[in-house]
Amino acid sequence: MSILVGKDTRLVVQGITGSAGSFHTRQCMAFGTNVVAGVTPGKGGQLFEEKVPIFHTVRDAVKETGANASMIFVPPKFAADAILEAADSGVSLVVVITEGIPILDMVKVKPVLDAKGVRMIGPNCPGIITPGEKCKIGIMPAQIHKPGRIGVISRSGTLTYEAVFQLTQLGIGQSTCIGIGGDPVIGTQFIDALALFEADPNTDGVIMIGEIGGNAEVKAAQFIKEKMTKPVAAFIAGKAAPPGRRMGHAGAIISGGNDTADAKIKILEAANIRVASTPSHMGVAMKEQLLERGLLR
Amino acid sequence: MKIHEYQAKALLKKYGVPVPNGQVAFSVEEATAVAKQLGVGDKKVVVKAQIHAGGRGKGGGVKLAGTLDQAIAHSKAILGMTLITHQTGPQGQLVKRLLIEDGCNIQHEYYFGMVLDRETSRVTIMASTEGGMDIEEVAAKTPEKILKAQIHPATGVGDYQINQLFFDLGLPKSAAKDFRNVVLGCYNAYVQEDASLFEINPLVLTKEGGLLALDGKINFDDNAGFRHPEWAELRDMDEEEPTEIQAAKFELSYVKLDGNIGCLVNGAGLAMSTMDIIKHHGGEPANFLDVGGSASQEAVTEGFKIILSDPHVKGILVNIFGGIMKCDVIAAAVIAAAKQIQMTVPLVVRLEGTNVDLGKSMLNDSGLAIVSADDLNDAAQKIVKAIGA
Repeated sequence: MSILVGKDTRLVVQGITGSAGSFHTRQCMAFGTNVVAGVTPGKGGQLFEEKVPIFHTVRDAVKETGANASMIFVPPKFAADAILEAADSGVSLVVVITEGIPILDMVKVKPVLDAKGVRMIGPNCPGIITPGEKCKIGIMPAQIHKPGRIGVISRSGTLTYEAVFQLTQLGIGQSTCIGIGGDPVIGTQFIDALALFEADPNTDGVIMIGEIGGNAEVKAAQFIKEKMTKPVAAFIAGKAAPPGRRMGHAGAIISGGNDTADAKIKILEAANIRVASTPSHMGVAMKEQLLERGLLR
Repeated sequence: MKIHEYQAKALLKKYGVPVPNGQVAFSVEEATAVAKQLGVGDKKVVVKAQIHAGGRGKGGGVKLAGTLDQAIAHSKAILGMTLITHQTGPQGQLVKRLLIEDGCNIQHEYYFGMVLDRETSRVTIMASTEGGMDIEEVAAKTPEKILKAQIHPATGVGDYQINQLFFDLGLPKSAAKDFRNVVLGCYNAYVQEDASLFEINPLVLTKEGGLLALDGKINFDDNAGFRHPEWAELRDMDEEEPTEIQAAKFELSYVKLDGNIGCLVNGAGLAMSTMDIIKHHGGEPANFLDVGGSASQEAVTEGFKIILSDPHVKGILVNIFGGIMKCDVIAAAVIAAAKQIQMTVPLVVRLEGTNVDLGKSMLNDSGLAIVSADDLNDAAQKIVKAIGA
C-alpha cells in the first residue's frame, strides 16, 4: 500500500553518528523504520543505540545486513561522495537529506545514478514516509501523518507538513509522502513520483506542491493531462516572490518568464488540475475531488 | 553570489576568453590614469559603471570617450551617481567603481551564456545571433533563435558541439579560434569556479574579424563557497542589503521586500506560502524569512530584530510548523525575544505541530500582546486586520 518504501525497506544511515543523523535515526526507529546499519568511516564495529551495527563503509554494511536503502546526513562537502558510495554498494534507493551540496557536484553524480538505475530522493529534502507500513526515511514529524490513500509530493519541507496536517485534520490518510527537494538538481522529479502514484493500486489521489523556479511543474502538468487518471490537487508557492531573488531554496528563484507562480498556476489549471487558492486550501482541494469521484464518503 | 563585470572579465581572461583591455577605477584620478594608459585620444575608451544590476547602458551608466577630457568628464558624471535601471528598483544603486576599457569596432553582436538545465541536470550553452538585447525577450518571441548545447559532465565540451554552434551562428572563419576559446574557456571557468550562471551579452564580432566579450556576468553557486575562499575578495558588500548580510550570520535566510507585514517562518516553502496568503488577504509582506528547521532562541531574537529594523514594518506574523522543532521551544523563544526587544507592533503567532497546546498556553500566559491564530488562513487575516491594511 505504498510506493518506494515500506515494510520491506532495510535502511542504512550514512552519517549516523552526527548530531542530526543520530537524532533523526532515533526518530525513524521510534516510528518503526527497520534501520539495519549505520556508516561512519572510522567508527566501524560500534553499535548505535546498543543495537544497530556501525560500519566503516556502505559496502560492508550492505554485505553484512542486506540493507536496500540509504539515508544520507553527510555534510555538504562530502555528500556527493557519500551518494556515489551508496550507489556503488548495491542499494536501490538513496534519500539525501543534506542541504547545501554544490550544484556541480550533483551534476556529476546524477548520470552515475541514472546509469546504475539507483533512485535518489533529494538532496535538500525532508525524505519519504509510508505511514501505513511504519516506514519513515527522513526528518518529517511522524505524528502528523495518518495511514491512508493519498500521495503527497513536494519541493518543500514544512509546506509538505502543512499539506499532510490538513489532510489528517480532514480525516484523509496518506499512502506515501515524498519531499523531492528544493535544489536545481534532484534525483526524483514530480513526473517520476506521479507515475509511481498512478501505478500504485493503493493510492487514490495526489497532492503536488510546487514553487517558483524551473519548469518541473509545467512538465508535471503535461504528464498529468496525458497520463493520469487519478485526481491531482496542486499548490504553487511564491506568488508574492519578486523575480531574481532566491527564496531560501537554491532552486526557488524566478529567472525566466514561465517560472513564476502565476504562470505555473495558469498552466496547471489549463491541464484541468485543481490548484488551491491559498496554502490553507491544499487539503480541501483534494477532498473536493475525492468526494466528486465517490472515493470518499 | 554575484560579482562585477570587471571581475567577471578578469576571470574570463584567465581562462582564455578574449576580452577588451581595461581596468577598474575607484576614483576619477584612477580612471584618468587608466584612460591614459589605454591610449585614449588615439582610440576610443568606454567608461562603464560597475554595479551588479543590468540595464546600465539605458540608465546612463555607460559612455564612450574619444578624448581624455571626455573620459574624465564621463568618469566624474558616472562615479557617485545613483544609477536606476530596471533591475535596481526605483531607489537605484550608488556607483562606486568604474571599468575603463578599450572601445571596439562592432560588426555584429551575439549572445553567449551558460546555465544549468534543470530538466537534464546538465550545464547548457546558450547562444544566439540576437545579441545585445534582452535574451528573455528573444527566448519568448523567437525561441528558434536560441541555440543550445548540453554538456555531459564526464566528457566536457565536444569539438562537434563547438562546430555546430559555430556554423549555426554563421560566424566567419576568422573568428573560429576565438570562438573555440570562448566556448572552452567559459565551460572550464564555469566548472572550476563553481558558477551558476554565465552571460556574455554581447559577445561581439569585431570589424577586424575576431571575437570579444564586451560584457560579462557571472554568478557563483553559494553552496560551493566552502571551496572558494577567494570569493571573499570578490564580494562587494555595498551591493547587498545590510540586513541580509546580518541574517546570513545567524543562518537565517532573509529577503527584504516592499510591504509592511514582517514574517518569521520555519522552512522556505512555508515562508513563501505565508507571504502569499498575506497578499491573498490584501496585505503586503515586508520580507521573506526562513529561520530554518532548528532555530535557536538566539536566531529567533535576531530574526525579530532584523524584521523590526525595517521602518515600514507595522506588524509581524510568526508561522511555525513545529515538526522536529517543538512548539513550546519556539513559544519560549518568541516570548524571550519579544521581551528583550520591546516589541511595539502587533504580533500574530500561529503555531502547529509538536507540543502545540503547551506552546499556545505559554503565549497566552506571557502577558504579552500576542494574538494567537488557529491556522494559516486565520493568522493572515488577523495580521492584516491588526495593521489596518
